[in-house]
Amino acid sequence: MKKIINDPADVVAEALAGFGAAHADLVRVQQDPALIVRVDAPVAGKVAVISGGGSGHEPLHGGYVGAGMLDAAVPGPVFTSPTADQVLAATKAVAADAGVLYLVKNYTGDVLNFETAAELAAADGIEVSTVVIDDDVAVTDSTYTAGRRGVGGTVLLEKIVGAAAARGDNLEAVTALAQRVVSQVRSMGVALSPSTVPHSGEPSFTLGDNEIELGIGIHGEPGRKRVPLMPADQIVETLLTAVVEDLPFTASDQTLLFVNGMGGTPELELYLAYNSARRWLAGKNIEVARSLVGSYITSLEMQGMSITLLRLDDEMTQLWDAPVHTAALRWGV
Amino acid sequence: MTSTTGCTAASTVAAVRAAAEAITEHKVELTTLDRQIGDGDHGENLARGFAAVLSKLDTEQPATPGAVLKLVATTLISTVGGASGPLFGTAFLRAATTAGDEPELDGPMVAAVLAAARDGVVSRGKAEPQDKTMVDALIPAVAAAEKAATEGADPAQVLHAAAQAADQGAADTTDLQARKGRASYLGERSVGHVDPGARSTAYLLAAMAGAVETEHSR
Ligand SMILES: Nc1ncnc2c1ncn2[C@@H]1O[C@H](COP(=O)(O)OP(=O)(O)OP(=O)(O)O)[C@@H](O)[C@H]1O
Ligand SMILES: [Mg+2]
Repeated sequence: MKKIINDPADVVAEALAGFGAAHADLVRVQQDPALIVRVDAPVAGKVAVISGGGSGHEPLHGGYVGAGMLDAAVPGPVFTSPTADQVLAATKAVAADAGVLYLVKNYTGDVLNFETAAELAAADGIEVSTVVIDDDVAVTDSTYTAGRRGVGGTVLLEKIVGAAAARGDNLEAVTALAQRVVSQVRSMGVALSPSTVPHSGEPSFTLGDNEIELGIGIHGEPGRKRVPLMPADQIVETLLTAVVEDLPFTASDQTLLFVNGMGGTPELELYLAYNSARRWLAGKNIEVARSLVGSYITSLEMQGMSITLLRLDDEMTQLWDAPVHTAALRWGV
Repeated sequence: MTSTTGCTAASTVAAVRAAAEAITEHKVELTTLDRQIGDGDHGENLARGFAAVLSKLDTEQPATPGAVLKLVATTLISTVGGASGPLFGTAFLRAATTAGDEPELDGPMVAAVLAAARDGVVSRGKAEPQDKTMVDALIPAVAAAEKAATEGADPAQVLHAAAQAADQGAADTTDLQARKGRASYLGERSVGHVDPGARSTAYLLAAMAGAVETEHSR
């Protein structure tokens, strides 16, 4: 394992300290318990939006803390959900008078810890509502699994819901909007190489020189199927077919197309894949109205990508375009 | 065995310390199991939690078995994270509630405490038997503990019975397909591996049984 680290045990704390120092105009970083909160939190009269999960997916979630997006991010150890105590501390740090919305990726650990935190917050008189995102179509049989995982759609969800909270929507309205986004977004990923968690030092799985893993999660959990390497057009077609058939997306749908890098994939390849995706979608008469291309929800140094498609309506499009000022996403300001 | 065979605060502390040692000893193995069918953090998660428990026990002296269990519960909930943090945390919390303010737990009480722990995990995680989780170690463990207690076993014997059954339960998870937690994403590929949470549950019980026995035969 080769990594730019000191003691593996200090990776998250040191990175957080660096993040806080680099973006002191946007966020306040706290250690013990680890939290990233908006510099001006709590914002009076506004629903506070909180997300969190294991570290190693940067810029998710800390990179999305700031005006127009998240009020707080709760980072756990690498690939491990944060504790309920941590989530509760974040809740208390950013709750104003309009309630708190938790956006939770569907992993057992995240769900259980946010659920426990919501109970503790309620006991302290803070109104919390929770929306779980599960956009990964790679997990087919939800009845016999912990359910679909939250992946790329999370970034779009945080942006759109954050914008609604920023314009003053109440807790009930932002919760309903979050549920609507979750119902309209689907994703699937592919890995070309594994990632290595610093404290473990071992790759999360092994792939032959000529193999790729379809349906990979963002924690290096093995995916749906292992297949020989294919040309980009075929990889894109495989991912998009699964995504489009699942919702299903149909001709003349207005969509947001998000091609995401897993951490170790050059933008050159991401734009190549994006181009391929545009062509494939054009062939189905699915309209791409908005786009996002880059590494926004990663799996350490994993090589690979995910493709996310969100069916937009006018309100979602407006909220996507609304100003945002965070470390990782910034426009309109 | 000496005259006192009840499980006191001191023997509960000894049991928890032994549990922490067992986790340290098996940390790499548990993480390896979790890498095979999960995300490779189970050993780390528990080691972090039990290290925090040990440092709390260095400064605090809970007066009853229930208070010791509560200290473990709150520490695990605030330090472990992952799925196992809230699950083991809830297990110890419900165990603590059942132990109440009793200064000493007899065999049937120990069995009741274990049953409460199992119920806590089931109510939080909603796993069914055979879903390939820690529940598959806890269910046979509690059944064996209850049987031993009815036959007049003391706390150490009750714990030994539980540990033995948990060990078998953990081994039996090998042939199961996971339906809860991260391992479930693997579908059929999860078959052929031991569930890490079931394995750690068996180690915890075995360590506690050994410690309580040593404590009581002193
Ligand atoms: N719903 C559940 N009910 C009972 N036990 C569960 C459940 N889900 C997972 N487990 C247990 O948790 C163990 C995994 O714990 P671990 O500490 O590795 O957390 P994790 O699932 O990796 O959490 P995270 O996803 O946040 O990293 C599994 O081996 C299984 O025994
Ligand atoms: Mg794990």
